[in-house]
Amino acid sequence: MTGSVVVVGGGTAGMEAAGQLAKAGLSVTLIEKEKYLGGHLREWHHLFPDRRPGDEVLSYLKNQIIHNNIRLLTGEGVEGFQKRGNDFIINTRSGDVVKADAVLLTTGFDLFRSERKEEYGYGIYDNVITSSDLEEMFHSGEIMMKNGEKPEKIGIVHCVGSRDEKVGNLYCSKLCCVTAVKQAIELKEALNKCKVFCFYMDMRMGGALYEELYREAQEKYGITFIRGKVSEVGVNFSKRLVIKAEDTLAGRPLKMELDLLVLMAGMEMSAEGLKLAEAGKLEIGENRFFAASDNHFGSNKSNLKGLFYAGTCTAPMNITETISHARSAVSDIINYMNSDRK
Amino acid sequence: MQFDPFVIPFDLGLYFILIYAVTRSIIWFRELSRPDKLRLQRGFFGKAFGQSLKEIFLESLIHRKILKSNLRLGYMHMSLAFGWFLLILFGTIEADIFGEKHLNAPYKAIFFKFFNPDHGKTPFEAGYSFLMDLILAFILSGLVLAIIKRFSSKAVGMKKTTKLKTLDKIALTSLWLIFPSRLIAESLTSGAYGTGSFLTGTLGSWLASFLPASQMAYPFWWLYSLSLGTFFVLLPLTRYLHIPTELFLIFMRNSGIRTGDKAGSFSEVEVHSCSSCGLCIDTCQMNFSAGINNMQAAYLTKAIRNNTETFDIAQNCLMCGRCDQICPVGIELSPIRMIQRRTGDSEISYTNTWKGYFREKQHLPVKKQNIRNSFDFLPESNPGKADILYFAGCMTHLTPSIKIAMTSILNASGLSWSFIDEKGGACCGRPLMLAGQDKEARELINYNSQIIWKSGAHTLVTSCPICYKVFKESYYLDVEVLHHSQFIKNIIDDGSVKMNFLHKRVTYHTPCELGRSSGVYDEPREVLRHVANLETTDFDNENSLCCGGSLGNLMLSQENKRKIASCTAAELTRKNPDFLITACPLCKKTLAPVTKYKVIDLSEIVAESIVTPAVLKKNTYRFKKTVRESVGVEKS
Amino acid sequence: MEKFGFTLTKARVIDYDRNDHSIVDFIMEREPSFKACIECGCCSATCTTGNFTGFSLREINVLLKRGENDQVRKKIKKCMLCGKCSLVCPRGVNTRNVVFVAKQAFQKFDNYAV
Repeated sequence: MTGSVVVVGGGTAGMEAAGQLAKAGLSVTLIEKEKYLGGHLREWHHLFPDRRPGDEVLSYLKNQIIHNNIRLLTGEGVEGFQKRGNDFIINTRSGDVVKADAVLLTTGFDLFRSERKEEYGYGIYDNVITSSDLEEMFHSGEIMMKNGEKPEKIGIVHCVGSRDEKVGNLYCSKLCCVTAVKQAIELKEALNKCKVFCFYMDMRMGGALYEELYREAQEKYGITFIRGKVSEVGVNFSKRLVIKAEDTLAGRPLKMELDLLVLMAGMEMSAEGLKLAEAGKLEIGENRFFAASDNHFGSNKSNLKGLFYAGTCTAPMNITETISHARSAVSDIINYMNSDRK
Repeated sequence: MQFDPFVIPFDLGLYFILIYAVTRSIIWFRELSRPDKLRLQRGFFGKAFGQSLKEIFLESLIHRKILKSNLRLGYMHMSLAFGWFLLILFGTIEADIFGEKHLNAPYKAIFFKFFNPDHGKTPFEAGYSFLMDLILAFILSGLVLAIIKRFSSKAVGMKKTTKLKTLDKIALTSLWLIFPSRLIAESLTSGAYGTGSFLTGTLGSWLASFLPASQMAYPFWWLYSLSLGTFFVLLPLTRYLHIPTELFLIFMRNSGIRTGDKAGSFSEVEVHSCSSCGLCIDTCQMNFSAGINNMQAAYLTKAIRNNTETFDIAQNCLMCGRCDQICPVGIELSPIRMIQRRTGDSEISYTNTWKGYFREKQHLPVKKQNIRNSFDFLPESNPGKADILYFAGCMTHLTPSIKIAMTSILNASGLSWSFIDEKGGACCGRPLMLAGQDKEARELINYNSQIIWKSGAHTLVTSCPICYKVFKESYYLDVEVLHHSQFIKNIIDDGSVKMNFLHKRVTYHTPCELGRSSGVYDEPREVLRHVANLETTDFDNENSLCCGGSLGNLMLSQENKRKIASCTAAELTRKNPDFLITACPLCKKTLAPVTKYKVIDLSEIVAESIVTPAVLKKNTYRFKKTVRESVGVEKS
Repeated sequence: MEKFGFTLTKARVIDYDRNDHSIVDFIMEREPSFKACIECGCCSATCTTGNFTGFSLREINVLLKRGENDQVRKKIKKCMLCGKCSLVCPRGVNTRNVVFVAKQAFQKFDNYAV
C-alpha cells in the first residue's frame, strides 16, 4: 500500500496511529509541538485501574514508532493547512511545507487551568495543588506541603473545571473520579498516617475495573467519600486550609481543616486544536472538542474528507480508549486510501 | 370674515386641553407633600424660575440633550417642537399685526390665511409670509423624519423604537395630518388668491393650475381644524401628554423636588413626561448585548401610564443606571423602577380613572407580612475595638485574592484594623433592597450597625461597591464609609504607603454601583495612575458598561448574563491591556470567565506594588483627619 | 391532653401523590433553570445564612420538588438574597430568583405571606 499521511500531535493517539499506519505501508510524518513525544502521558506516574507505571505504556508507544516509514518532526507546530483537490498541504510553524494524501489530527487536550476557579485558591494558597501537580510529586517521590512537612489531612475535589457552567464546561471529563480514587490510594500508600477525603458530586466509575478500585479505596485504604461540592477555600490563623462544603447526605454545611487540597482538573479542548479548527473551518461541538461526522460510525471522521481525528481531541478518554480510537482511525484512513479517495 | 364653523373642532379641543391641564396641575400640586409644596412655591417665585425657563427652552424646545447624543433624532424632535412653537408665536404676531384688530381669538392666528386670504401682497407682508413658510417647511422636514422613523427606525440613527397602542396611533395620525393639511389648505387658498410665499405660493399656484382651488381649500381647512381638535382631545390619553407635563417637571425639579422611594405626584409627573424617544432602549445593554427589548425604561413608564402589568418589566433590569444617564428629559428612571419593585410593600399606588383621563391615588392596605424576626438567628458578634473596620462582603469571600490583597494593604498602612466578617458575616442588605424588600433589609442593617457601633471604629472600609452604597446611604452610622479604592488613595496621599510603578498597561472597568450609583469615579483611577499605565476605553466613567452580573436583576438567565459580560469584556480589552482592572468582586467574578485577559481587582495590583510596609507608628488621629478632609466632611 | 402511645402523627413517608405541586410548578415556569439542579450542595456550602442557621437551598429545592411545602415555608424567609449561591452553582441555576419566586408563590397560593 502506498500513500502519505500527516499525523498532528505526538501523544498517545498520535504515536499509536503513526505506528499502525507505518505498519500498513503508508509513509507517515508525525508532527509534535514539544521536544519530546508522549504528550500528557509523560506526566502520569501510574495509570488506573491497575496502577501500571505510565513509562511502560510510553515505551510501548515509542517502540511502535521506530519504523522506516515514519518521519518525525518534533518541536514543530502546525500553522495551518489547505486542501487542494485531494491533496493536503500542511504549513509548519518553521515554514516547511508537507504534502499528504490524508491528515490525522491527534491534538489532544489541555488540562483545565485551575486558577480560573478563584474560590478554590489555586495559585493563591500554597497548599492547593492539581492532580497533575500531585502526579509530579509521585514521580519525584516527595509528597509534601510548601513548608516541607508531610501532609496529614488531604482533601480531593472532584469536577474542577468539568460539569461546571461557570467555566463554560458542561461536560464530564470522565477520568477525574477514577483518578481521584487512584491518587487517594497512592497518597495513603505513600503517607501511611494521612487521612484522605474525596468531595464528589457523583461518583462516575463506569470504566472496566473502576468500581473495584473504588471499593478497594474504601475497604482497604479507608478513604472517606463526602457527597458535596466544595464551594470555598480559605485559610485560618495558622495558615491551614479551610474548606467549606455541604455534606448533602447529612444535610448540613461542613467545614474542614486540611493540609493539602488536590483539585481534579478536568480536560478541555487544546488551544492548538482550536486554532486548527478555526484555520481549517473544522466543526467543533458545544463542548469545543472536534465534532465527529457521526456519533456512532464516524467518530474518527471530520466534516472534511480525508481529515480524521483520534483521541482526546474529540472527547475526554482514558489511555485504553485513546489507543482503540487511534486504531479505528487507522482503519478509516486505510479505507479512505483504498477506495474513497479514488 | 370673522368666524366660520370649521374652527369649532379646534376651539373645542383647545379649550378642553387648557381646562384639563389646569385641573391636572392642581391635582398634582395638591398631592405633593407639604415640604415639596413649599419647595415648588419657593422655586416658582425664586431664582429657580429663570433656570427653569432656560431649561424649557433648551430641552423642551431645542432638545439639546437628544441633539448631543443623536443628531438626526434631535433634529426631528427640535423641528416639531421648536418649529411648532415658532409657528404659534409668529402666527399670533401675524394675526396681531395684519389682522383686522389686535388681541384675536386663538383660532384667528391658527387659521390666519383662511380669514385673510389676500394677505401677502405688499413686500412687508410677503417677507412675513416667507418667514411663516420657512417655519412650516422646517416642521415638515422633521415630520418626514418622524414618518420614516416610524417605519424604519435606523433612518434616524436608532436601533429600536417604541411600539404603540391604538390610541397612540390615532393621536399620531392626527398629529401627522396637522401640518400637511395646513400646507395644502394654505396652498390652495394662496393659489386661489395668488398669494403665499415659496412653499404655499408655489404649491398653491401649481395646484390651482389644474384644480378648482377656492372650492378645494375649504375641506382642507376643516381637516386641519379636525386634526388639531382630535389631537388635543386625545393628548391626555397618549404619550403626547409629555409635551405639557415636561414643563411642569422642569419646574418641580429645579425647585429641588426628588423622586424619593414612594409613588407620588413627582413620580407621576416624571412618568408622564417620558416622550418614549427610545434613547434608553438604545443605550441599554439588555438590548444591545442580550437582545431583550421589552423592559427598558420607556416601556416601564408606558406600562405605568397605561396601568398594565409592570412586575416583570420592573424586575428584569440590571439597575446599572445607563438610562438615567442618557434620558434627555432627566427622569430619575432607576428610582421609579425601585418604586415599582416595592409595590405590594408600599401603600400608595395609582390607577387610571375617567377612561384614563385622570389617575387616582390609592392607599392600599398593606398585606400583613409575617417577616418579623426572620433573621433572628444571627449570632451576637463582637469584633473588638479597632479604628478601622474592614467589611469584605459576601462576594469577596469568593475572590480570596482580594481578601488577601486587602489584608496586606491594611497591614502595610500601619493602622489598627479589624476584619469584621472574616469568618463570614451577615449580608449588607442591599441585595434585598434591590429586590424591593426593604423591611427585611432593614433588619440586616440594624444587625450590622450594632457590630459597627460596638467596635468604636471611625472608618469602615469595604471591598464591595454593593455594600459601599448601602452603608453610605441607608445606614445611620457615625463612621466614614470608604470603598477600598478611596481608602487606598488616602493612604497613598498621606504617605502611609509607597508604591512601585509596575510597567503594565491596564484598563479600568467602573462598577455600576461604585460609579453611576455612588459617584466614585476618580479615586480608583488616581490610584491606578500611581501603579500602572492606565489606558482609556470608549466606556469610561459615566458611560461605563455593566458587567452583567448585577444583583439588580433577579430574572436574567446565566446565558444572557454571559452575553452581556462578553460584550463588556471585549469592549474594555480592545487595546490589549496586560490587566483589566475592576474594583468589585462581583464584576471580577463575572468578567474573568468570559475573557482571555487577566481580570484583577484594584487592590491586587496595589498589594503587588507596595514597597515596604510602614512601621506601626502612625498617628491614627492624623489619618482620621485626612480621611475626613479628603471626603470633604467635617465631623460635627 | 393525655398522650397515648399511638398518636396520629403525620406519616414519615413523602406522600408524593397527595402533596401540593402548584408551588414548584409556578417556580419552574418562572425560573426554568430550577430544573437543572443536581443537589451538589455548593449553594448551601457557600450560603451566608447557612453559616448561622439551618438553611439549605439544596434541601429547599428537594423539598419543593417533592411537594413538601410546609417545611419550606418556614425556612425560606431566612434567605438574605446575597447571591453568593448563584456565583458557585455549577449548573447555572438562577438560585436567587428561585428563592424570590418561591416567596411569591407562597404569597400567591397561600393566603398568608411567608
